[in-house]
Amino acid sequence: MILTVALILAVVGVLEIYSTTVHSPLAGEYKRQIAWVVVGLATLLVVSQLDYHILLDHSTGLYILGLLGLLALLVGGHAIGGARRWVRIAGFTFQVSEIVKLIIIVWVASYFADKRTKAVSWRDLAVLGTMVGLPAALVALEPDLGTALTFLPIVAAGVFLAGVRFRQIAALALLGALMVPVGWHFLRPYQRQRLMTFVHPAKNVQGSGYQVAQSKIAIGSGGFWGKGIGKGTQSRLGFIPVSHADFIFAAFAEEQGFVGTFLVVLLYFVLLVRLLDGAQLAGDRAGIFLVVGLTAVLFFQVCVNIGMMIGLLPITGIPLPLMSQGGSSVLFTFAGLGLVMSVRMKRLVNL
Amino acid sequence: MVVRFPEDQRPPAWKIAFFQYVIVSTFVALLIGYWRLQIAEHRYYQQQAERNRIRDLPVIAPRGRILDREGRVLVDNFPAFSVLLLREDLPKLTPDRIRGIAQGLEIDPGDIQQLLDKTAQLPKFQPVMLKPDATPADIAYVESHRVEYPELELLQVEQRFYLKHEFAASLLGYVGEVSEDMIAKSGDRYRPGDVAGKSGIEREYNDVLSGRDGMRRVVVNSRGQEMGSMTTINALPGNDLRLTIDFNLQMAAETALGDRSGAVVAIDPNTGEVLALASHPSFDPNDFAHHINRKEWSQLNTDPERPLLDKAIQAHLAPGSVFKIVTATAGLETGTITPSFTIICPGYVTLYGHTFHDWIWKKHRGHGSVDLHRAIVESCDTYFYTLGKMLGIDKLAYFANHLGLGSRTGIDLPAEDPGLVPTPAWVQKVFKHKWYAGETISVAIGQGAVAVTPVQLAYMIGGVAQGGVFHRPHLVFRDELEALGQDPPGGRLVKFPLSPETVAAVTSGMWGVVNEGGGTGAGARIAGLAVAGKTGTAQVVSVALKNSAHNADYKNNAWFVGYAPASNPQIVVTALVMHGGESSVASPVAGAVIKAFFAEKQSGQTPASHWQTQASLAPVVGGHLEPQSAKSVEGPR
Repeated sequence: MILTVALILAVVGVLEIYSTTVHSPLAGEYKRQIAWVVVGLATLLVVSQLDYHILLDHSTGLYILGLLGLLALLVGGHAIGGARRWVRIAGFTFQVSEIVKLIIIVWVASYFADKRTKAVSWRDLAVLGTMVGLPAALVALEPDLGTALTFLPIVAAGVFLAGVRFRQIAALALLGALMVPVGWHFLRPYQRQRLMTFVHPAKNVQGSGYQVAQSKIAIGSGGFWGKGIGKGTQSRLGFIPVSHADFIFAAFAEEQGFVGTFLVVLLYFVLLVRLLDGAQLAGDRAGIFLVVGLTAVLFFQVCVNIGMMIGLLPITGIPLPLMSQGGSSVLFTFAGLGLVMSVRMKRLVNL
Repeated sequence: MVVRFPEDQRPPAWKIAFFQYVIVSTFVALLIGYWRLQIAEHRYYQQQAERNRIRDLPVIAPRGRILDREGRVLVDNFPAFSVLLLREDLPKLTPDRIRGIAQGLEIDPGDIQQLLDKTAQLPKFQPVMLKPDATPADIAYVESHRVEYPELELLQVEQRFYLKHEFAASLLGYVGEVSEDMIAKSGDRYRPGDVAGKSGIEREYNDVLSGRDGMRRVVVNSRGQEMGSMTTINALPGNDLRLTIDFNLQMAAETALGDRSGAVVAIDPNTGEVLALASHPSFDPNDFAHHINRKEWSQLNTDPERPLLDKAIQAHLAPGSVFKIVTATAGLETGTITPSFTIICPGYVTLYGHTFHDWIWKKHRGHGSVDLHRAIVESCDTYFYTLGKMLGIDKLAYFANHLGLGSRTGIDLPAEDPGLVPTPAWVQKVFKHKWYAGETISVAIGQGAVAVTPVQLAYMIGGVAQGGVFHRPHLVFRDELEALGQDPPGGRLVKFPLSPETVAAVTSGMWGVVNEGGGTGAGARIAGLAVAGKTGTAQVVSVALKNSAHNADYKNNAWFVGYAPASNPQIVVTALVMHGGESSVASPVAGAVIKAFFAEKQSGQTPASHWQTQASLAPVVGGHLEPQSAKSVEGPR
């Protein structure tokens, strides 16, 4: 079921990438995406056959490896568009933060697996905050605030699941509020502008609000039935930025209308709910945290991505899982799903 | 066998359920958001999407050419470029960018902001004209800053070109950017930056000359690159306009006037066709076709010689002795006098207790015994003072008005001056005092408040010579205007029949002015051609031109209005030489134009035709033909 839904979404993504780029210099992109989906599928099959406990056992080693990778990236990473997010492996550029995301899920799961208490302690919060905050900060420095933010739901979901007291939530909220001005200081000008645009969308309609304005026009003009495949003027004439990647859902909504929107949201819903079902069935505590961690990340990404298209959330460079063009994202998602399937399969295995 | 881990290690199930509720509610919220955009507000966003990708680019219609009566081109166009400002990304146009663009194109940033404000109501996909006349440097700038300033676009246009520069400039007029007033009145025809006629023929016949701009609605991508065109409305070129002006005659008129300030008007009195209409000093209309800057503009406006004034139709001047033709006609038509009415002129006359001097008094003598003929020939003031008193102002004004003075001739040029024929009622209204009897005496010789334009005098003399048939002066052939679907201005001619005796007496006097001994217009004499006419010296500069007269070298304005042949006029010419001093400086100017007219006619279609018509002159003016003059007329034969 999970695999089927994931495949449908990936195929819809490939079709939309084809439709939106066929008359542009990126015309071949959909083929690359197909290749990545195939690679992702293969990874999923391999990972699902693995015993996820192997990963859990080496979670600390993986964590250190990921951290080193991020550090190396900041020093000598492959810069695209001013951001050092990628490494080049055999001609393919790969986004390190996507693997780190998976590593964080595994590390958080293994951390909670050993906790038997009903609730997390202050010390737990401090450890988690530091251990996840460090790689998040490194990713944010690339700069890739969007991906750095995706680490947050992993910890949040884990902490909630492990048991958290209201006092602690209140304290964290307070801390977060205090961090806002500090964080604002560290934001790049374009990031600040995006946030300001989110708060005052009308103020900067053609500046950084341009992207939201254009994606809203695309989505709204799609109507109920949509304009049809290849007929989305907004995406094909380049009014939607990166309509094959982060903004693919705007392009899709333009061409397929509310019907398409509804169906895709439904597919994501089915996928996420099925993933949570897997958590119920997990054979051990670590399995639950693995599944919930992945579900939280995917949920977060889907919501932020689909929500930012219509101005419900500020614009952050977060791809839509499975649909957006991008090898790293596809690979991470399929690998993560493989992990969840591994959890499902291993529930019957007597340890 | 399923081995469960201990239940106390399992997080409570409600937490998973909680996650599911979060997912459901979030997704529902998202779907509501999409519902609003895609269904509730679909229409709005659909329009937005349409506007997003279309851009209307104007296709400039070339303005019609202006030709002379023989089809010689006077005004043409040449291809040039304009800089358009695209307004789709308007909020991106920060003051900084505007300053940058202004600097690059060498325009005032304030002008750009003003243009943007003016055009704020237009759809965003319609660009506006930023600089109608792009210099090669501007073109290079736009081309080289495509990335930096994608809002700049070049548009090929047809730039107005006045081939002979200052030649006939005040007649042809000039074009310029339409005023806000014109835009408002034009419906949707004009938009800011469009070009329209501002003066002269260009303005009067703007509707004929200006075409209708077409439009190309193109699909563009977000970088403004054209991806294809949706609809094209072709430009309708403007119509060529053929004038009644004769290039050679206009040239002769301007040459004869030389660098003196003044005007020349040549009209065919049989039709009202204007053959030449010159005004000097003038200006180069090409300066206006380019964007004229404020300095040049104020220079043209403050020049004491008023180059922008078309003196042929706008000079508001006393006619001086030319007016005596009106006085004479009034005297004869009312039966107040006959041609044989004679006075003795001692050089002055005392009327109403005031002594009025004759111009000849300067030579400390009088004209002696003068009848009407001699009075016209020698321009005897005393004779017309006396006649003026006999007539009274009402009759004088009545005839002046009916002979075409005091109101616009209706020539097809904008802003014609109506001139002025003063009456007691007018004096009462303007100056709040009663008419002084002495004013009548001044009016009788064309002084005082009476004012005319050069075209009016040509109209008046031409009409009198035609026996009271006044053809409205015009610059465009009536039938050609009708063919273009234009309504020609009404009133083709006015009839104010004069008795043949009156016409004979007055015309013979005017023939004598040019051809008899003691005549004041000898300068217009042409061997073998019966030229008639009347001189005038205007002593009073009217209010309109008072400022134009330098006090230091102030001189009288010299008039001569002549026509030929005397019996059957084919051309009537007004020559005005301002600050010319003696009236004798004007008659050679008119003479030169008349000579050129017949020289061209002779070499042209009907050789020698005027020589034949001249033969019929004798019976008409017979009684006054003096042997000497008759010889000069018949000499060449």
